[in-house]
Amino acid sequence: MTLAEKILAAHSGNKKVSPGEFINVKVDLALANDITAPLAIREFQHLGVGKVFNPKKVVMVPDHFCPNKDIKSAEQAKLMREFAKEQGLLYFEIGRMGIEHVLLPEQGLALPGQVIVGADSHTCTYGALGAFATGMGSTDIAVAIATGEIWMKVPPTIKFIYRGKLPKWVSGKDLILYTIGDIGVDGALYSAMEFTGEAIDELPMDGRFTIANMAIEAGAKAGIFNVDAKTEKYVKEHGNYPYSIYRTDKGAEYSRVIEYDVSKIEPQIAFPHLPSNTKPISQVGDIKLDQVVIGGCTNGRLDDLRAAAKILKGRQIHPELRCIIIPGSQKVYLDALREGLVEIFIEAGAAVSTPTCGPCLGGHMGVLATGERCLSTTNRNFVGRMGSPRSEVYLASPAVAATSAILGRIGDPREVT
Amino acid sequence: MKLRGKVHKFGVNVDTDVIIPARYLNVSEPEELAKHCMEDIDADFSTKVEPGDIIMATTNFGCGSSREHAPLAIKACGISCVIAQSFARIFFRNAINIGLPLLECSEAVNETETGDILEVDLSSGKVNNISKHKTFTANTYPEFMMGIINAGGLIPYTKSKLERDKDGI
Repeated sequence: MTLAEKILAAHSGNKKVSPGEFINVKVDLALANDITAPLAIREFQHLGVGKVFNPKKVVMVPDHFCPNKDIKSAEQAKLMREFAKEQGLLYFEIGRMGIEHVLLPEQGLALPGQVIVGADSHTCTYGALGAFATGMGSTDIAVAIATGEIWMKVPPTIKFIYRGKLPKWVSGKDLILYTIGDIGVDGALYSAMEFTGEAIDELPMDGRFTIANMAIEAGAKAGIFNVDAKTEKYVKEHGNYPYSIYRTDKGAEYSRVIEYDVSKIEPQIAFPHLPSNTKPISQVGDIKLDQVVIGGCTNGRLDDLRAAAKILKGRQIHPELRCIIIPGSQKVYLDALREGLVEIFIEAGAAVSTPTCGPCLGGHMGVLATGERCLSTTNRNFVGRMGSPRSEVYLASPAVAATSAILGRIGDPREVT
Repeated sequence: MKLRGKVHKFGVNVDTDVIIPARYLNVSEPEELAKHCMEDIDADFSTKVEPGDIIMATTNFGCGSSREHAPLAIKACGISCVIAQSFARIFFRNAINIGLPLLECSEAVNETETGDILEVDLSSGKVNNISKHKTFTANTYPEFMMGIINAGGLIPYTKSKLERDKDGI
């Protein structure tokens, strides 16, 4: 069995599971946010069970339209907060929170070997830790928090092998954009993507979170990594809670095996309006920008901010551009502050915000006007994603984003370093 | 159950951000969401739709976010079902869970245009294009999923399962 199949077998009381099989899976952690929780709570109440199955396995995070952007959002956040309090759930308030997918691993809540379901499509991020993590809707999460179980169809696994050594300024973001550009936004539909190879072994945890985060952008149910020394070190440093390790069996069956030589991969840019619409930076041309966003559940971690700071240090943001930098959690924010990164950003002329998903989904903190162009380190560039349906979003790594913020156009980090 | 309505046809990779833009997600009421359904790719969509109408699209319909607001907005608009060549995974679950019928039928999509009148028999999967006098057959659901569909969605399905468990049946 593949890693994904082994975790699902262990959580469904089966010795073996096969792709296509319908199973009932025990859930280790269930998650919702200020947009999806209100619907989940309404459906939970329709079930009439009263209490959640285990309050210490249910997390709610106010991150999308929070700190509250308007009265309606405030009402939704309030509804979630009151439910979390009444049920005694794990809840992280403004000032102690983070973007959910940055926060949960940091808090030691997402762990190797777990099954994690979240009413947020980027729940697949926790696959970086060797968990089977997948996004669902609010009704699914209502059932998961009521019963501690959810139905799943076992996905086939596609194995990705990344060979070779990563060139300078090529990051996890570039690998996943390249991969989605190759297989398309439905290239891994209903499948689990297993990421392997020596370039993956070399990648720090923050880069792995970025890759797993965007598995959904290829239509995947999960993106998953086998646990190694880096994973174990990360878990020890973040709560050191007990966990189980599952590994892919020798001779496991994959639906496809796809290999890449990473030494030939350049920094990647996804053009509007699909994450698969990628080009290597050398073929981008002169694209002027109005805004750059560095952050999000894709690239709001400390390594991401370090990469941006390396380029922004001692330089100035282009006078005709807004650069908004959003640390992914209070911890990332504080670490960045202590390392002097925040000072570099502010001296360069960037805005630094409290953690929020805000601009990524056109919520607040950087909504685009008609005709405006933004390069963002987030994960989606659909029509209207960050504001006006006639604005444009380009996706790239933090290094490319920082370079572009200085140049006022999409730029290659090699141009400025 | 038989559905009948006029087709509104869309293309490939219709994402949840265009089905219901995030700027309207500060509410959860289906009727409110319905007012903005498809707004960013078809500005008058919600006013054009008549009860029973059908959305049709090619591949990967509903890709993107997990927002259940997307199928809720479609359903509250009066759309009776969505027919596509394929659906994104989370959208598929969400639609089944809330009782919005989805059908996978490549041939019907290839041979139908906006404005055609369709008659859909959900129990047999027969899609009849009245305007073009052609009949197609959609993929059938696995038995497990039919259980959820027949119960009227995941909440009633789970409710009756919990009651059965309580009664020790």
